Amino acid sequence: MAGYFETAPDGGAAIALDEVEISILRSLAVQFLELVGPGPAGPEPGDDPLAELFAEGPTERPADPALARLFPDAYVDPEGKADDEALAASSEFRRYTENDLRARKRDDALAVVRSLDALDPARDRAAVLTLSDQESRRWLGTLNDLRLTIGTRLDVDEDPDGDLYRLPDEDPRKPLMMAYMWLGGLQETLIETLTP
Amino acid sequence: MGNVSVAPAEIEQTESSEAPFEAPSPDVPWVTVVHNDPVNLMSYVTYVFQAYFGYPKDKAKKLMMDVHHKGRAAVSTGTREEMERDVQAMHGYGLWATLTQDR
Repeated sequence: MAGYFETAPDGGAAIALDEVEISILRSLAVQFLELVGPGPAGPEPGDDPLAELFAEGPTERPADPALARLFPDAYVDPEGKADDEALAASSEFRRYTENDLRARKRDDALAVVRSLDALDPARDRAAVLTLSDQESRRWLGTLNDLRLTIGTRLDVDEDPDGDLYRLPDEDPRKPLMMAYMWLGGLQETLIETLTP
Repeated sequence: MGNVSVAPAEIEQTESSEAPFEAPSPDVPWVTVVHNDPVNLMSYVTYVFQAYFGYPKDKAKKLMMDVHHKGRAAVSTGTREEMERDVQAMHGYGLWATLTQDR
């Protein structure tokens, strides 16, 4: 998996992706879409748009650790202790922000899926994906969301010599860890194209 | 308005019934704090501080290093509403942010 982003000749970012890489990225983005879904109290598609506008968001921290990481309590210091006031303020904040955040993350991930679906790797041996700056920012957000989700699942820490970086081939976590590291490379090189 | 007699409106004394015994609480600012996490790339955190707050690269990088080494950094200051907006934006970028009153 050697595909990384480069600055495209006409601006923006470009990357050559083969069929396997495209299908890995697509599958991770689709799984992420399923994970984020509409919030617990989120509007159902097809609901009255006015009702959607006034729909109240969730007040509880998500039970899934990856979602809890994506939508943390806004008033609870992770190193401090959470008092009732901080928890109540966090609930209130969540009620009117979480559904918006979920919707934006879904939109970004959908844009990633669509740009992958527009590629035709069967025709060319590796398809070249070119992103405008705006598309790059959507990709950047989704790459980060995917890394946060996988990182939480694998419980990665900051130790570069940690066990996760030296997993034996037969370890069931190995494929996901390889994807995690590849996504890190994609994200790093995409940032380089955005910051001259 | 020739024929209309304009009676002077009764002037209501707006003397407050609440005597200002207490000095108004000073406007203690709120701060947005970004916390360290093992996943976010250093280059990404720097990028977010530049892209969202418009900080110059040096300042963005210094804040990122504070997050990385000290575990946290106060990245913006303002009213509670402003800081809620910043925290929501940070969550949108995937950074772990909270707001607190700067006591």
